[in-house]
Amino acid sequence: MTSEASPGRREIAVVAFAQSDTLRSTAELSEVEMLMPVLHDVLAQTGLKTADIGFTCSGSCDYLAGRAFSFTLALDGVGAWPPISESHVETDGAWALYEAWTKLLSGDADTALVYSYGKSSPGSLRDVLTRQLDPYYVAPLWPDSVALAALQAQALIDAGDTDERELAAIGARSRTTDNPRAQLKGPVPQGDYLVRPLRRGDCPPIGDGAAAVILAAGERARELCERPAWIRGIDHRIEAHSLGVRDLTDSPSARLAAERAGAFERPVDTAELHAPFTSQEVVLRKALGLGDSTRINPSGGALAANPMMAAGLARIGEAAVRIHRGESDRALAHATSGPCLQQNLVAVLEGDPR
Amino acid sequence: MSKEPVAVVGIGQTKHVAARRDVSIAGLVREAAGRALEDAELTWADVDAVVIGKAPDFFEGVMMPELYLADALGAVGKPMLRVHTAGSVGGSTALVAANLVAARVHGTVLTLAFEKQSESNAMWGLSLPIPFQQPLLAGAGGFFAPHVRAYMRRTGAPDTVGSLVAYKDRRNALKNPYAHLHEHDITLEKVQASPMLWDPIRYSETCPSSDGACAMVLTDRAGAARAPRPPAWMLGGAMRSEPTLFAGKDAVSPQAGKDCAADVYRQAGIADPRRDIDAVEMYVPFSWYEPMWLENLGFADEGEGWKLTEAGVTELDGDLPVNMSGGVLSTNPIGASGMIRFAEAALQARGQAGEHQVEGARKVLGHAYGGGSQFFSMWLVGSEPPDA
Repeated sequence: MTSEASPGRREIAVVAFAQSDTLRSTAELSEVEMLMPVLHDVLAQTGLKTADIGFTCSGSCDYLAGRAFSFTLALDGVGAWPPISESHVETDGAWALYEAWTKLLSGDADTALVYSYGKSSPGSLRDVLTRQLDPYYVAPLWPDSVALAALQAQALIDAGDTDERELAAIGARSRTTDNPRAQLKGPVPQGDYLVRPLRRGDCPPIGDGAAAVILAAGERARELCERPAWIRGIDHRIEAHSLGVRDLTDSPSARLAAERAGAFERPVDTAELHAPFTSQEVVLRKALGLGDSTRINPSGGALAANPMMAAGLARIGEAAVRIHRGESDRALAHATSGPCLQQNLVAVLEGDPR
Repeated sequence: MSKEPVAVVGIGQTKHVAARRDVSIAGLVREAAGRALEDAELTWADVDAVVIGKAPDFFEGVMMPELYLADALGAVGKPMLRVHTAGSVGGSTALVAANLVAARVHGTVLTLAFEKQSESNAMWGLSLPIPFQQPLLAGAGGFFAPHVRAYMRRTGAPDTVGSLVAYKDRRNALKNPYAHLHEHDITLEKVQASPMLWDPIRYSETCPSSDGACAMVLTDRAGAARAPRPPAWMLGGAMRSEPTLFAGKDAVSPQAGKDCAADVYRQAGIADPRRDIDAVEMYVPFSWYEPMWLENLGFADEGEGWKLTEAGVTELDGDLPVNMSGGVLSTNPIGASGMIRFAEAALQARGQAGEHQVEGARKVLGHAYGGGSQFFSMWLVGSEPPDA
């Protein structure tokens, strides 16, 4: 229901995108200080001011900052005065964008500011992420994010879907990017095993960063952007939490989200995938039916920069910017949440005909 | 482009208590969701999407618990969205879910909010560590007490008003089988004799820490036509936020609250809230917030809210009943508290509130706030569909 371009549905587009550098540590910056330049950047691209925005939605997670209500102070950076219509999701900003998209669809607003940010540096990210597992049976064992991804990678290798050589090539290709905001770029040694079969080069860098997007509906989008990236469809789906009941070599939720977003109606020329581990790109390429004609992660993706809670929103932003620049006509953007690709969001973006 | 009308066709709550040691977090939420589906006479398969909210993850020590709860809420293979807007989250979550129906993205949405506060200590969970906050600002009471003081000083309200609210809400709770506190021997004297916690807020004028969940089934016009019991119709809904701390903020009557109410009234065609609205479920975690919000929401002129309370207007049999369910003062699973306000408003509009039903309630306001009185969410629900 989400996907089919239903007649009379409002056309909504990404009209601007900004992101921070992704850095291993930003100890000298508060979250608000990290976010402010990104907000100023994305607003400046459209000439809009906070008071002009119809709806604002953000994504972040308290567990990264290590304190409750961490998002409340970020709002001060937005400059929410006079008071604004605003909401927040405790997850990646891609889901904040989804909430904003529905708000624009209902006609309650014509423009939306979406932002997200995360600082992984204050804690040990691998340990922190164990806290999102089943709190009774799994979390007490502290299985970390790399170990869980390694289970998935080994399952893929056992199934004959990939091998270590192909995984290394995915890492190397991802880091061959000219994205100035990327944390890792250029040749990076594949390194030793972190958790077999994953080597350091198969894993994302740990980094702090922020991203922001502006959405606009209909004519407003054309006023704000020369070539808006129209959201033709967007959908997200979740799977069971327990790894024991899932086929880790497949991603039925990503496939279903893509189908509902209309991704299979025509081929896409670009795909920005939120695959923090090389092995997860293998899973997603298969689930999303992406062939060699599709350029995967020209931005470098999460293997070049993986700011928690912002990396998924950045995938939508990166795909949109390529459409703005005329480098893509039809792009797929993907975001994920949870262990081993449990939850997946897919958006299909298109430019005006050239 | 017109929006799809949104109807509340199912409501479920748990019996709220201090500690639900008999169930896991998954068991707790499933209980409320199951009751909401039962009320709507629907099954898990009828639900197109799940929207879930709760207050800080630190309360249970689970990061993004919606991931783990996907199975328990029948969300596998469906969209599941998690909302977090501090204390207002229960209300915001319902509004995000309602918007999915209004925008015709989904036909039927299950929305749920919960808190299992016994897993931790909310008092200290809400006390940010130094250097983020000054010492001795313990819990929410430490933050809000100065604002109550400012209200008393500004309006000249006698210091007896707060205890009247607490006494009323605790008596109302006795009529609500789901309320946490059932103080059968409550008297006004007992409230007034309870220890002073954060001057001027006494122990009996504060909310408890509860384990509980609340769920609603929201649906479109076609879904409402199939509903077995009368639906409540959403006539207006809005969210507003303002910064936590800045020189221009009126902490006693925040502008964001006024703007949010004005937006809801505009959508619902409410000209005079005092006359046009029949009852209110408002977020009153400390008793003095009843007179404060009566002014902020436009039910009384500035400085006059306490007079309505003192005159008994907000009693269950008064002219404008407030917190018929016993309110946050009697039940406070923080992340769910806002949704309970929204759900209780809908119960009233459906005429399904049982012993605490207000006779002839047709338009009822549900209200929630959070953070440093900076996040607001509200909806107005009615017994008749919009444009009827």
